[in-house]
Amino acid sequence: MADANSKHVDAHGHPTGWRRYVYSTNHKDIGTMYLFFAIFAGVIGGVLSGFMRWELAEPGIQIFKGLAAMVYGLEGDAALDGGKQMFNVFTTAHGLIMVFFMVMPALIGGFGNWFVPIMIGAPDMAFPRMNNISFWLLPAAFTLLLMSLFFEGPPGLYGAGVGWTVYAPLSTTANPGPAVDFAILSLHLAGASSILGAINFITTIFNMRAPGMTMHKLPLFVWSILVTVFLLLLSLPVLAGAITMLLTDRNFGTTFFSPEGGGDPVLYQHLFWFFGHPEVYVLILPAFGIVSHIVSTFSKKPIFGYLGMVYAMVAIGFVGFIVWAHHMYTTGLSLNVQRYFVAATMVIAVPTGVKIFSWLATMWGGSITFRAPMMWALGFIFLFTIGGVTGVVLANAGADRVLHDTYYVVAHFHYTMSMGATFGVFAGWYYWYPKIFGIMYNEALAKLHFWTMFIGANVIFFPQHFLGLAGMPRRYVDYPDAYALWNMVSSVGYLITLLSMFIFLWCVIEAFMKKRVAGDNPWGEGATTLEWTLSSPPPFHQFETLPRIK
Amino acid sequence: MSSATKNHDYHLVEPSPWPAVGSLAAFVMALGAIMWMRDVTPWLFFIGFAGVLYTMYGWWADVVHEANSGDHTEVVQLHHRYGMILFIASEVMFFVAWFWAYFDGFFRIDDVEQFTRVAVSGGVWPPKGVELFNPWHLPLFNTLVLLASGTTVTWAHHALLEGDRKGLKWGLALTIALGVLFTTVQLIEYGQAGFSFSGNIYGATFFMATGFHGFHVFVGTIFLIVCLVRALKGDFTPKQHLGFEFAAWYWHFVDVVWLFLFASIYVWGSSFGALAH
Repeated sequence: MADANSKHVDAHGHPTGWRRYVYSTNHKDIGTMYLFFAIFAGVIGGVLSGFMRWELAEPGIQIFKGLAAMVYGLEGDAALDGGKQMFNVFTTAHGLIMVFFMVMPALIGGFGNWFVPIMIGAPDMAFPRMNNISFWLLPAAFTLLLMSLFFEGPPGLYGAGVGWTVYAPLSTTANPGPAVDFAILSLHLAGASSILGAINFITTIFNMRAPGMTMHKLPLFVWSILVTVFLLLLSLPVLAGAITMLLTDRNFGTTFFSPEGGGDPVLYQHLFWFFGHPEVYVLILPAFGIVSHIVSTFSKKPIFGYLGMVYAMVAIGFVGFIVWAHHMYTTGLSLNVQRYFVAATMVIAVPTGVKIFSWLATMWGGSITFRAPMMWALGFIFLFTIGGVTGVVLANAGADRVLHDTYYVVAHFHYTMSMGATFGVFAGWYYWYPKIFGIMYNEALAKLHFWTMFIGANVIFFPQHFLGLAGMPRRYVDYPDAYALWNMVSSVGYLITLLSMFIFLWCVIEAFMKKRVAGDNPWGEGATTLEWTLSSPPPFHQFETLPRIK
Repeated sequence: MSSATKNHDYHLVEPSPWPAVGSLAAFVMALGAIMWMRDVTPWLFFIGFAGVLYTMYGWWADVVHEANSGDHTEVVQLHHRYGMILFIASEVMFFVAWFWAYFDGFFRIDDVEQFTRVAVSGGVWPPKGVELFNPWHLPLFNTLVLLASGTTVTWAHHALLEGDRKGLKWGLALTIALGVLFTTVQLIEYGQAGFSFSGNIYGATFFMATGFHGFHVFVGTIFLIVCLVRALKGDFTPKQHLGFEFAAWYWHFVDVVWLFLFASIYVWGSSFGALAH
């Protein structure tokens, strides 16, 4: 079939219709599929968190009891238990979806695919066909994850309510139903997708740079993707091993994580976080790259301290591998081990500071225009710094003893992820929108999108610092009355963010209806990377003759 | 090619159904695995697995076809080398997880905070009640078999480089035979194990680490068989034989993993053989 089919297509140029995308070997088409997949998954992940904020707006269990009755047909006390479980399932699915099916596909699969080859002056990725299986494994993985919602988890209840960390023994003996198996195999497929993508990006960046494009001339976004995919390549296989152990513990009676058989539940946490900590840098590093380009473009200045920026990212990537147990201060690590992980974790603040100050120094004395991408980039710098500072607080084993598993942690990582990584996604979206689609978005709508999201996200998450400091634990469906005020404020913040998402979707649709022609380089002299030398959108295969970099 | 003006040595691959077909097959296989584990039916798993195998065959047949029709320029061959090395790097990290699990038992079995674990295992490694293999018996024999197979595959490589087709075929055939011998001996050894896969940490770490290694030997053997078939059909030139080289790299990787398994689980894990009977 393949030979006949592909050769047939060969003779007639590139295919049209559904084959253009399903059979694609074109980095831009695959990148576009990734972007729309990320929007789709992001909407689902966002709706899940909406139900959580709705439930948590007031003390008591209001929403999820009825939801469990509606979705699973449970009644009475069973519905109440089902509702509690469902809250945990939503928490889990929200986390997994936002990490694996929204941020990663958007930043790496979407923008990485689109702009890494173009920025280095290459006609496509090194392995264009493998590129497509990296994409198509994601809908398969996503379907498995969504299916897990409808299968038994704990006895008599549904879904995998085990947290995105899938800790044993919660994920083994406490959840004997197949729901967790679905979640595990979903992660296997998503992991395979990312490993293949990582191999592809590394090969592309090392081997397909245009003549004169030395490593030290590589645009910062390309560097950020290079570091990111190295982290993926080396950390994901460890996760694959860990969740395979879960699978055999669950189904074949092995005892990797159960002490009754001589196993060790803390082993799972080590294996998970050896992957999990590099993973959070996977989510943020590409955003670093995007923000660097935007700050430079809209300040009309080259980035300050280019080499420092490059090696700061390399340092963050390297140190990111040796700080994992700071997620585990409460598991009984010896004091010396805790001391090491405190020190190593704090070291990360140094290269991160180098980046923050270099962005500020780039703007210093620049001729700044506040277009939408720049607004998102500035929002990123401001809010990610807040998330970084609370990270330094949490790095202290002593402080973490109090704050572990409280809303302070939730606030911390949402400042880095939902206001760091996601602001990076939107920054990239508006920056490259005219290049990808050849049309210009509506500047007023884009700014409205920014301001509503900026206010909404802060109203959601800033009060969660207070809740955490006051001792409110995360991942619970209910809470004492003492936490009512800031929870209500936080839920109101969600409504503002929801409004913001409608503005975003309208902004996309409006641009497609109005079709304002963008031009090759709408950003002017500040935009110096190779994508702005091409038409908008670029030709199906760019750089048939390789560009020469001076 | 969609453009007649291509002015570079990269290979812009034609559109292909394999990625989408392969993903669908992987999805069916995952679903089938759950149904099988839940005693519903094994069939869906095998349907998905067949789809994955079909995809692999079709995809790599396309790659071989492209290689033979000159799409693999020097730079494209370099891509493939990078790709294979990076794939092996990810495989190394996969084995890190299994070694980590093993050494977590090895070094931390007497961690007093985990009293259930200490009680069950007696706080010693190997845990009480576990009878070990004598490392200097079948495991040592298998080590020598794999090391020998490393030399035969190198023989095949040098024969290929010097245009000695007969040496290539014999070297490959011998390597395959040694690979099959290794797997057979490993299965015999498994049959004599004094511990089981389930219910105890030693069996879990031992069988999963050596089992995944064994699976990689199996895959590597198939890789070599494909190379032998291609060699018999006249594929591979002294200048271009990436398929063969990658099979050899993969084989050496599997070899090295075994050396670490042998050293840490069989030898070190039995206090250098002192505990063995």
